[in-house]
Amino acid sequence: MHPGRATLPGRPSRFPGPRARVAYDAAPVLDGLSLDLHAGQTTAVLGPNGSGKSTLMRALLGIVPLSAGEIRVHGRPLRRFRAWNRIGYVPQRLTAGGAVPATVGEIVASGQVASRGRLSPFPSRSDRAAVHEALEAVGLAGRARDSVRELSGGQQQRVLIARALAGRPDTFVMDEPMAGVDTDNQHALARTIAHLRDRGSTVVLVLHELGPLEEVIERAVVLGHGRVVHDGRAPAATGACARPGHEHQHPHPDPNDPDPRTAAATDVAPADLIRLEVPGRD
Amino acid sequence: MTELLQYEFMRRALIAAVLVGLVTPIVGTFLVQRRLALLGDGIGHVALTGVALGLLTSTSPVLTAAVVATLGAIVMELVRVRTRASGEVALALLFYGGIAGGVLLINLTPGANNATLTSYLFGSVSTVEPRDLWFVGALAVGVVAVVALFGRELFVLCQDEEVARAHGLPVRFLSILLAVTAALTVVIAMRVVGVLMVSALLIVPVAAAQQLTRSFRVTMALAVAIGLVSSLGGLTTAFYADLAPGATIVVLALAAFCAAVAVGGLLGRRARRRASAARGPEGADSAGTMPQTDRGRVKQ
Repeated sequence: MHPGRATLPGRPSRFPGPRARVAYDAAPVLDGLSLDLHAGQTTAVLGPNGSGKSTLMRALLGIVPLSAGEIRVHGRPLRRFRAWNRIGYVPQRLTAGGAVPATVGEIVASGQVASRGRLSPFPSRSDRAAVHEALEAVGLAGRARDSVRELSGGQQQRVLIARALAGRPDTFVMDEPMAGVDTDNQHALARTIAHLRDRGSTVVLVLHELGPLEEVIERAVVLGHGRVVHDGRAPAATGACARPGHEHQHPHPDPNDPDPRTAAATDVAPADLIRLEVPGRD
Repeated sequence: MTELLQYEFMRRALIAAVLVGLVTPIVGTFLVQRRLALLGDGIGHVALTGVALGLLTSTSPVLTAAVVATLGAIVMELVRVRTRASGEVALALLFYGGIAGGVLLINLTPGANNATLTSYLFGSVSTVEPRDLWFVGALAVGVVAVVALFGRELFVLCQDEEVARAHGLPVRFLSILLAVTAALTVVIAMRVVGVLMVSALLIVPVAAAQQLTRSFRVTMALAVAIGLVSSLGGLTTAFYADLAPGATIVVLALAAFCAAVAVGGLLGRRARRRASAARGPEGADSAGTMPQTDRGRVKQ
């Protein structure tokens, strides 16, 4: 039933739990799916179109409701989760702007909406520093006063990532951040995500293909028809990365050096988990 | 100008015009951002039923309009969320229900006639009573307070509802808050331009401003300036040239829009020329400041 299933040693991939289901107009999209995302890990959710990967991502954040079942984020049921400033979400969008013009700085600063108090009308020095850092991290320093409409598609995608960074979260959820981004910018984005990983952030990415992110991804969950069909190390490299002479952007982890993240995963506290439980169809 | 201020009714009309010019573009900016530009129109239709109820029961029409428009806005927001596909049809039912109910009730009111109806459909700023003015003033303070307190959340909501949810924002509460704020704004503007043109004051100044701006805040500020100039200018022009004030205000706002499109086109062309000159033949404008090249840039 699960071809190519490769569960990492010591990391249970299934949990018995309450029955859960996500459905659009009564058609179940996620089906018999159970997933634990570990803090500090960079996980890619892969799969063909219609496999439910975007729905999985949206269900995790409560953007689409579960028709049954449960999600626990950092140890709390999603319904009672309040530490939203810990989460940075990058939606899949063609443009970063709305109908009214907005500057890059305005969009990026809006990512602090969960972490800034309502009664503080002006950003503090550290708020402004966070916006500046976020823009620097995505290579858009100096563009804060530009209108997002003047940017290219790839740059607008990076504005959305900077918005997620600006709230200084420790958990990132990104829905196809590479879509519509050219190769150079994909590599720049991969460097940004590698930097987040090295800082100890939890990163969950929905991807169509691994591309330049292959080196960054620690765990790949492949979905097919709303089920997990592979969970483990990333599938073998194909395309440009598999070609001889391909220059890797990131150092490979030393195989003799036990990765502390993997080693710690055997006994994970609930506070370090994002757990999604979706039962199978009866 | 002094002649204008000699009349008590004109002084009241001018104060009403200032409040309207100030408040409508603020709320309108959020509505345009949320792609709900016609929400104000719908609320205006519903508000007419409220006006008629006030006339029928001899209470303040502005007060009853505020109550009915608020309820209508909440119903519209709930309908919009619940029914994804048939939402537009449901809204249409509400609009025409509102206007038909208004006309019916006004005709039932003893002493009210078509002139009463016309004054609410197209506005009659010269008949604003002191009591109305206090009420409109209080509503304006309320609307500004909502935007001051919830502006940042509303910006995220109107920009991208999904992102608002992922930030844990109370999306339903904020949506209803915005709809109710829009309803109160419609009631404020109703006396000046009438329920049929109320949406113009919400939308046209914003549409004009965004031809010239690149930032959300500046768009809002410029829209307020355009709103103030059109409402005060329109009222003054109407007084001296003996025109319908509501229509004059809207026509002025539309003229501002046309001017903004023309100026925006000119500025845009000049900015593009300057940008391409600065970029040079290789297009290497970002060397040194950006860690990577931008081959994906859209050439304009």
